[in-house]
Amino acid sequence: MNYHWNWGIFWDISPDGAHSYLQTLLLGTTWTLATAFFAWCLALLFGSIIGVIRTTPNAWLVRLGNAYVELFRNIPLLVQMFLWYFVLPEVVPQAIGTWLKQQPNASFYTAVVALGFYTSARVAEQVRAGILSLAQGQRLAALALGLTLPQAYGFVLLPMAYRIMLPPLTSELLNIIKNSSVALTIGLMELTARARSMQEFSFQVFEAFTAATVIYIVINIAVTFAMRALERRTAVSGFIGASPAAAH
Amino acid sequence: MFANFDFDVIARSLRYLFFDGMTFTLILTALATAGGIVFGTMLALMRLSGFPLLAVPATGYVNLMRSVPLVLMIFWFYFLVPYIGQWLTGAERPIQVGYFTSSLVAFTLFEAAYFCEIMRAGIQSISRGQLAAAQALGMSYPQTMGYIVLPQAFRNMLPVLLTQTIILFQDTSLVYVLSITDFLGAASKVAQRDGRLVEMYLFAAVVYFVISFAASQGVRALSHRTAIIR
Repeated sequence: MNYHWNWGIFWDISPDGAHSYLQTLLLGTTWTLATAFFAWCLALLFGSIIGVIRTTPNAWLVRLGNAYVELFRNIPLLVQMFLWYFVLPEVVPQAIGTWLKQQPNASFYTAVVALGFYTSARVAEQVRAGILSLAQGQRLAALALGLTLPQAYGFVLLPMAYRIMLPPLTSELLNIIKNSSVALTIGLMELTARARSMQEFSFQVFEAFTAATVIYIVINIAVTFAMRALERRTAVSGFIGASPAAAH
Repeated sequence: MFANFDFDVIARSLRYLFFDGMTFTLILTALATAGGIVFGTMLALMRLSGFPLLAVPATGYVNLMRSVPLVLMIFWFYFLVPYIGQWLTGAERPIQVGYFTSSLVAFTLFEAAYFCEIMRAGIQSISRGQLAAAQALGMSYPQTMGYIVLPQAFRNMLPVLLTQTIILFQDTSLVYVLSITDFLGAASKVAQRDGRLVEMYLFAAVVYFVISFAASQGVRALSHRTAIIR
């Protein structure tokens, strides 16, 4: 390979004149993490609501929940980003549209909302599966004891369902971090976008992408470890579904 | 909101959207799925082989691909494929490859990691007794895998493989970052040229939705049909 390697490039000053290339990558990392974090809060909130109503006895609520999940799952994330970013400000009343377009960090807010709703449909699937994996007797016993349906969910079903869901939720959390890179198409300067711009200005293609890859791997490992620790802390001893290791 | 909605811009560009754009999307999806399943199955066999020399690199590869975003991988391969081509053919300088080749390589290698995990689960779903029985009958390893294990693994995993293909179909929209004219790329180019973002992006969303929804309903019906009652 006649590629000219130059690992020292990370300490050169980037075209913004203030930061080294390494610092721009780290700045991008904070945008990636911030986007993923806020989108994750949104996804957990809406995903839980939709997941719960899909397991309620009310047929119309179930249909509404199913429609929500199908809508957000069957449109590519990139198209959803464009809908939120380009289409939404045009179809709402003009004053609101103008206000939306004038927001200083519009691409960040849009990315959070788009990614949050996209992931909420996938979280809803996990929440539903988690609740359905509980023995039917738990719901019946809770209702027989005189708990209302909201109480049965709040005190009996959800605390156990969330423990069962932790491993699949971990992979959704990893997905949301990776998927935040799609936001570069609407101009969010997150990690992949920073690596791309470093490549464009410095011509050191492989150094830039290697650095971004390494940062993504480090984030991945850190999140996986943190979630494993959370699984151990929340495990209910003797309950097999929550932690296979604790059962023995 | 539909007061100045211009349906005509969609009608005018249908030919471009489907003949140029959707054809690219579908060919990329089909080839990357085929390549991804073949390479993914090889990776799964390597991971399950029990030889560290094969299992460790395969595991490392799968974990690497699964930890990075697809967008980053598309950029990686866009710049890397010319150098791989140079290395393979021994040419003087990096080989110029088209957008299509580089995105096909990127999707095949990226999705192979996901197909590997599906095939690994499929192979593990076959009871060990069948392996033992095949060996007792004097079958070699390739015969055991080719005649006994893999056909059943494919059958068991067919709904999951097809679901992954639908995800891959949606993911191909990300070639937008290389300004390729796939379906979304075509829609986006018309949108920018005619200043009709609302119409074109809504139309693209509807088309993706209809195809993905119909396909996932088909997969659901298929998984009921192919389910083996045990």
